[in-house]
Amino acid sequence: MIYLDNSATTKPFPEVVESFVTVATKYFGNPSSLHELGMKAERLLEQSREQTAALLGVKTNEIIFTSGGTEANNFAIKGVALQYRRRGNHIITTAIEHPSVAEPCKQLEELGFEVTYLPVNEKGRVDVEELARMIRDDTILVSVMHVNNEVGSIQPIEQIGQLLTRYPKTIFHVDHVQGIGKVPLDLKKAHVDLCTMSAHKFHGLRGAGILYVRDGVRISPLLAGGGQELQLRSGTENVAAIVAMTKALRLSLEAYKRKLPHLLAMKERWMNELNEIADIQLNTPSDCSAPHIINFSLNGLKSEVFVHELAKQQIFVSTTSACSSKRRAPSKTLLAMGMESKKAESAIRISLSYENTMEEISVAVRSIKQALKKLKEVTR
Amino acid sequence: MKYDRILIRYGEMSTKGKNRNRFVVRLKRNIEKKLKSFSNIKIEYMRDRMYILLNGEPHEEILEQLKTVFGIQSFSLAMKCENDIELIKATALAAVQQLPYEGKTFKVSAKRVDKQFPLGSNDLNYEIGSHILRNTESLTVNVREPDINVRVEVRKDGTYVTCRDILGAGGLPIGTSGKAMLMLSGGIDSPVAGYLAMKRGLEIEAVHFFSPPFTSERAKQKVIDLVKKLTTFGGKMKLHIVPFTDIQQAIHRQVPDGYSLISARRMMLKITDLLRKKHNGLAIVTGESLGQVASQTLESMFVINEMTTTPILRPLVSMDKTEIIEIARKIDTHDISILPYEDCCTIFTPSAPKTRPKREKAAYYESFVDLMPLIDEAIANTETLIIDETFTTVDEFEELF
Repeated sequence: MIYLDNSATTKPFPEVVESFVTVATKYFGNPSSLHELGMKAERLLEQSREQTAALLGVKTNEIIFTSGGTEANNFAIKGVALQYRRRGNHIITTAIEHPSVAEPCKQLEELGFEVTYLPVNEKGRVDVEELARMIRDDTILVSVMHVNNEVGSIQPIEQIGQLLTRYPKTIFHVDHVQGIGKVPLDLKKAHVDLCTMSAHKFHGLRGAGILYVRDGVRISPLLAGGGQELQLRSGTENVAAIVAMTKALRLSLEAYKRKLPHLLAMKERWMNELNEIADIQLNTPSDCSAPHIINFSLNGLKSEVFVHELAKQQIFVSTTSACSSKRRAPSKTLLAMGMESKKAESAIRISLSYENTMEEISVAVRSIKQALKKLKEVTR
Repeated sequence: MKYDRILIRYGEMSTKGKNRNRFVVRLKRNIEKKLKSFSNIKIEYMRDRMYILLNGEPHEEILEQLKTVFGIQSFSLAMKCENDIELIKATALAAVQQLPYEGKTFKVSAKRVDKQFPLGSNDLNYEIGSHILRNTESLTVNVREPDINVRVEVRKDGTYVTCRDILGAGGLPIGTSGKAMLMLSGGIDSPVAGYLAMKRGLEIEAVHFFSPPFTSERAKQKVIDLVKKLTTFGGKMKLHIVPFTDIQQAIHRQVPDGYSLISARRMMLKITDLLRKKHNGLAIVTGESLGQVASQTLESMFVINEMTTTPILRPLVSMDKTEIIEIARKIDTHDISILPYEDCCTIFTPSAPKTRPKREKAAYYESFVDLMPLIDEAIANTETLIIDETFTTVDEFEELF
C-alpha cells in the first residue's frame, strides 16, 4: 500500500493508539468525578494541556480541547461573532478556506453579518495590502488559513498578524490544521488570537482537536453545559483521544525536527517526476508552499476515475480535499487561483507524511503513467 | 559580529563586604542549575559582575530563564572586543544593527574603567556615536530619553557593548540566607509568602497538613502543583506532607468550638517547628496577613505563636489582599490556589471562631488530652516528596505521553 492522502487523514502512530487504549480502558473515569478514578482522568487531562501548551510555546490556560478541527473552526468564528456582535458585524476571510470556516461564515451571513472573501493570486496567496484595505472599523474577525488543504500554498500569517496589531478590536483566527508539524507557526510572534488544530492530521485519532485561545481574548461558547474546558467548551472530555493527541503532537514535532529534509526531498522528487509527464500540469506553486502537498491537473481527464484506477494498485490519492470530493465540484482553491474550471475539475492531490519513502515514488509514478494511458483510451 | 555573552549585574549583594564571594559563588551555582540544559554555556564571574558565554546557545531562552533567578539586578546581551577604538566602533555598530533600530533614537554612554585607554569617555561617546550615525539610516540621537542606550565599557580585560538592560528578579541568591520551613496550605497567601522568602535568599522546605478523608487527593495534588510553581524560582524543593486527621479529630472532640481552630493552628505550628529542627531550618515562614481572618488577629497570632520561640517570618503581614493577589498572579500560583478543594484551613472551621482568644484558655482546653503521642505519630508518618519542575505523582502516566 502506498498512502498518499495524508491531508485527508493520517495513519495513527502505533504508540498513540496504545496510549488511547490504555487511557480508555484503565482511566475511563469522568474528569469531573470526585473519586480517585475521576482525579486520575483529570490529571491526564491537565498533563495533556500542559504538554500541549509547552509544545506550542503558549500558556496552559490558552489550550481548549475540542472534538476536532471542524468544531474548533466553528467555535472560533461563531464564538467571536456572538461575543462581539455589538462591536461590529464585519468578518474577513479568504476565498480558499476549508468548508469548516467557509460554511460558518455563510451561516453568519444569513444572520446578518457581512463577510468579505479575500481573493488569492495565481499562487494561491492572499495580498496583505489588500487585506489592510478591507479592514473597517466594524471588522471583528479576520480568519485566514495557514496552509491551504488543496494546493498547499502558505499564507503570510506573520505579516497579517503584524498588520492586525494596529487593530486591537479585530480578532485574528488561523486555521492551522494542515500546517501543524509541517510548516512552523509561532503563535506569539505571529500575534494569533485563535488557532485551530486537529489530531488526526498529525497521526492522532479522530475526535480530538485544539483551539488555542490567547489569554485575554474572550469568545462565546458554542457548546454550553457543564462548564468543562475552562467554561468554554462543555461536554465530558474525551480524555483518551486527548492524551493520544498530545503524544502524537510531540512525536510529530520531533519528526519535523528530524525528518523535514526527507520530506522536502520527497516533494522535490515528486514535483520533478510529475513535471516530466505530458498530461500533468502542476498546480502547487514551487515557492511558499507546504512540504507535503502536491496538486496537479490531468489535462481534462476525469480525476475521479483516476483515483479509482490508482486505488486498484493500492495507491491512495485524492481528488482535491476529501471533504469536498464527494460533491464533484471543481476545486474551489484552484478556481480562486484563476484556473479554468475544466482544469480545476481534473485536479488530483498527493499529500505526504514523514512516513512516506523515496522508493514509493518510482512505483507510484509508474502506476500514474499507466492509469493515464488507460484513461485516455477510454475517454477519447 | 553577534551577541556572544550575557552580562549579569548583581543586586543588593554588592554591598556585602567580605561575604561577597559566598554570595557570588552561590549565585553562579543557582544560575548553573537553572541553565543546565544549555550544555555549551560557560559562566565567568568577577567581584562585580558575571558573564555567561553563550558559545552558540540560543540567547532568547536563556534570557527568559534568568528572569526567575534571585540575586540578579539586571542583565543584558553583550559583545566583547579588544580595547581598540576601531574595533569598539565596529562592535557598537553591530550591536545596534541587531536590534530593530529603524525610526528609533539612541545615545552612547561610554565608561572608561581602564584609565590606560587613550580616549576619555566623552571622546568615546563622540567617536562611537558618530560612527553609528554615519552607518545607519533613520536612527537619530537623543541624549535625554533614548530608545537605545548603547553602553560601552572599556575595562582592563576588554571592551563590552550592551544595548538593552533587562530587569532581573532582584533579591538575594537562594540559599544565602539559610533554610526555613514554609507552612503551605493551598490558599493564595502561603505560596506568595514562600516566593517572598525565597527572594530574600532563603532556602525553603514546604510543610502541608493533609486530613484525609476530609481533604481530598485533589487538595494534595494542588499543593504539589503550587510547589512546582515555586521551583521555577528555587529549583528542587522538599514538600513534607503531614497526616493531620487524628489530631484534628482529637481537638474536635475535646476543645470547644470557638477554640478548636486556634488549637489546630497551635498544633500545626508545633509540628512544623519539630520538622524544622529535624531538617536544620532556622525559621518558619507563614502566609499570615494581619487581620485577614479570625486566626490572623493579633490576639490569635499571640496565642498560636506561644508554641515556639523560633522566628516566624510573615512576609505578608502588612499587605492587602489585592497586593497579595497581584503577586500570586505574577508568579502564576493564583489560578491553582483558587481551585475549590477543601484544605486544612477550611475543614473543621467553626461557625464562630474566637477572634480574641486567650492564651490560658487555649492551654486549659488542650490540657485534657495528651496530644504529644499523636504529634509524634504524625511526624513519623510524614511523607516527604522532592519536587522539581518535571515532578509527576503518577509515574504510571509517563509512557502515555
